[in-house]
This record gives sequence, structure tokens and C-alpha cells, in this order.
Amino acid sequence: MILLTPLDLALGALLILLLALATLSLRLEMGSRLLLGALRATLQLGLLGYIVQFIFSRQGILWVLAISLVMLLAAAKEVTARQKRSFVGFWGFGLSLGALTISSYLISFYALWFILQAKPWFEPQYSIPMLGILLGNTMNGVSLGLDRLTSLAYERQTEIEGRLSLGQNSKEAILGISQEAFRTGLTPIINTMAAAGLVSLPGLMTGQILAGGNPLEAAKYQILVIFLIVAGTGLGTLASLWLAANRLFDNRMRLRLDRLQTSQSNVDSQSPKR
Amino acid sequence: MPEPLLSVKGLCFLHLGPFSLNLHPQERLSLSGPSGRGKSQLLRALTDLIPAKGEVIFQGQPTQTIAPQDLRRQIGYLPAQSAWWYERPRPHFLAPAQLPLQQLDLTPDILDQELKNLSSGERQRLALLRLLENQPRLLLLDEPSAALDPRNTLLLETLVLDYLRKTKAGLIWVGHDPIQARRLCTRHLQLLPQGLQKGQYELEGALA
Repeated sequence: MILLTPLDLALGALLILLLALATLSLRLEMGSRLLLGALRATLQLGLLGYIVQFIFSRQGILWVLAISLVMLLAAAKEVTARQKRSFVGFWGFGLSLGALTISSYLISFYALWFILQAKPWFEPQYSIPMLGILLGNTMNGVSLGLDRLTSLAYERQTEIEGRLSLGQNSKEAILGISQEAFRTGLTPIINTMAAAGLVSLPGLMTGQILAGGNPLEAAKYQILVIFLIVAGTGLGTLASLWLAANRLFDNRMRLRLDRLQTSQSNVDSQSPKR
Repeated sequence: MPEPLLSVKGLCFLHLGPFSLNLHPQERLSLSGPSGRGKSQLLRALTDLIPAKGEVIFQGQPTQTIAPQDLRRQIGYLPAQSAWWYERPRPHFLAPAQLPLQQLDLTPDILDQELKNLSSGERQRLALLRLLENQPRLLLLDEPSAALDPRNTLLLETLVLDYLRKTKAGLIWVGHDPIQARRLCTRHLQLLPQGLQKGQYELEGALA
């Protein structure tokens, strides 16, 4: 395995700097965002490396639990920030948090306990990367699905209320929109499955191979991880859409768009982290 | 004195109200007044589509004790803009073969045309037929003939009156045409602002 030196990382960073200079000279106004993004990622990943190293040396379940909570809260905040119209009050954050907790924790636990059977089951070498990769992808599905659901509910208010006026219940009235939102949430991971190994070499497998792992073992891990990601994304998106569809109506089956925030323009569409 | 079909006491919604009103069985009420005074919102509040304070009693029962789906089937609300969610009209109907299309000067092939190619008048007439399939006991019609020519307006009025006669249902008709209101309705109300107090509106007998 080739160990990276600070100079190696600096040579990598040089590319970002060149790109930022190029965009600056072309007046594309992305330079500062690129540099800030690179700086942010460097700090976050560097810090994560130290923290995980620290936790590896301690081997306590409380340390694993603590860092998993930080990761969960960060993911929920990210989901909420990506919504064009999130729910007002606690629900905006609480809904993302609930959906991510159910899906990521459940699937991670299943994988660690039944499949990997690490000893102990929360062994940080397995549990932290597992939760991380699940959260990163589930977060994507949840944020896309939720954003689609609330945007469509807002755009198609007359349809929903027209259906209610004819005596449909709230589930029937929003079914078409829920289906579309669910499809939107799952599309990235379905595309990933189709392209895996043909167009793209997934990040996890690439990392293992670069770090000196056996390609066949790396492929097996990648297959397992894709299964887990699909399950986590599906479960998380399902949970978030179910919660949101309930929150969009009150006990008298009225569409309550007043429970949504007015349109925000701070929505960044980010690609899945894998 | 028979029990009213609909009894509204001190109804407030959005920044509007309080409204009070009684509608007797088989009564046909016209509701007019300047735009933006909440006529449509009043109809939406009556069918419990928006939160409201106050009391609405329908056929002797407070509406809040009736399951919302049942309430909205019994109080048939036709919005000014009809909503459609399939590509063509047919799947929107419970029994498309039994629609009295010819009474509204429509032919059965309209059911299989694309909705985006239909005129707003055609869509509005189809929306009324769709609403009547639920056999509502009270009709709340929001400018249902706004997009129709004089002949089709009369056909629609005849269809509505026939339905009311057959089912002994009640009617609240929102519209701007006083002649039409006299032709159709037995009582007329106007929605007017009264004074400058915040949210103080009253329903007053005006026409007739």
C-alpha cells in the first residue's frame, strides 16, 4: 500500500486551485465556492480521521453511539436544508431525523449483527463506515423524495382539493404525488445499480482497491453495501413520505399547505456521496 | 318550521367572518358580491376544506362530527376552476356510461378526448356531471356557467333544477348575473363589507 504524504495531498489541492483560477478568469463566479467546499471537505475528513482513530483506540460502545448521533444530526440538518418547502417548526427537522434514524440505524444494525457478525457487533472499524455510507445515501433519497412531495403538493393543490371535494380520503387524494415522490427518491440508487461496475467503479470498491485490498473481496463488499444502501434508501424514503403525507393533512382531511415554509432559494442539489 | 338543511352560526375563516345563515330544505340561494370578498372561501369552509371557527350544522348534525369524506359527498362543492388528474375524462367518473351528456349538449366521445384539448366550458360541464354522481344533498356551485354561451348556460341551469327537483336537494349558487340568480334561486344574499372593523362582514338580503 502506498502511503500518502502531505505533499501528495497538496499536489491534489493544486488542481482545485487551478480550477478556481480558471473559473475566476472566465468570470464563472464559482471560484470561492470551489475553494470553500474543498477546505470544508478537508477539515471534515481530517477531523473524522482523527476521531475515528481515537474511537478505534477506545473500543467503547458509548463512543460509537456518540459519533453516530453527530453523523445522524448532521444528515438530518442537511436533508432539511435541501428542501425548497420544508415543514414549519420542529417537523421540518424532526421528520428528516425520524426517517433517517429508522432506516440507517435499523439497516446498519441488521448488517452488523446478522451479516458481518463482528465481535463486538459495534466494532468501530465496521460500524462507523457502515452507518456513514448508509446515512450518506439515505439522506439523498429522503431529501429528494421529500422535496418532490412537498413541491408537488403545493403545485397541485387544486387536484388534491378536487379529489377531497369528491369524497376521496387524504391517502387517495395524494397517492399519485406520493408515487412520483417515491420514484424520485429511489431513482439515483437505481441508476447507480445499473451503472455499477460498467460505467462507474463505486467509491467503496475503489477505496479498498487503492488501499491494497483484493479486487474480488472488494467487489463482494460493494455488492453487499449496494443491497444495504437500496434497503436503507427505500426504507428511509418510505418513512419520510409516510410521515410527510400525514403531516400535510389534518384530522379533518384538509390539505394544510400552511404547514409548509414559503419557498426558499438556498437549495443545492448534491450528488450522492459514496 | 322544518329543520334547516344547513345552519351556519358565527363562522370565521382566514380573516373573514363571522357569517351566519340558514338554508331550508329545497331552498335555492344565490350568493353575489364583489370579487375577493370570500364567496369561494365561504363555500370551501362549508365543505370543511379550510379550518374555520364557529358552527355549521348540516341536516341536524354538526359537520365536525361527520366523517370528512361523507360530508364532502353530501355537500357537493364545485370550484370555479375544475381539477382533473387523469389524461382523459372517462376514468374520473364512477359510471361513465350513465352520464346525461346529451342534456348538456355533449357527446359520449368527449369522455375519451384529452382534457387539455377541451374548452374550459366543456371541462366545467363535465365537472358538474362528476359532482352529481355522488348524489349530494346540497350543491355549492361556484360560477358554474362562467365559461358557457347563453344556450349552454340554460341547458346547465335546467339540468341543475331537474336534479334539485328529483333529489329534493338544496343549492347555493355563486354568480355575478342578477337575472340568472332570479331565474334559478328562491332567495338572494350579497356578501358585503360592513364598517371598518377588522373582519366584520355580514350577509344581507339584497336582490329580490
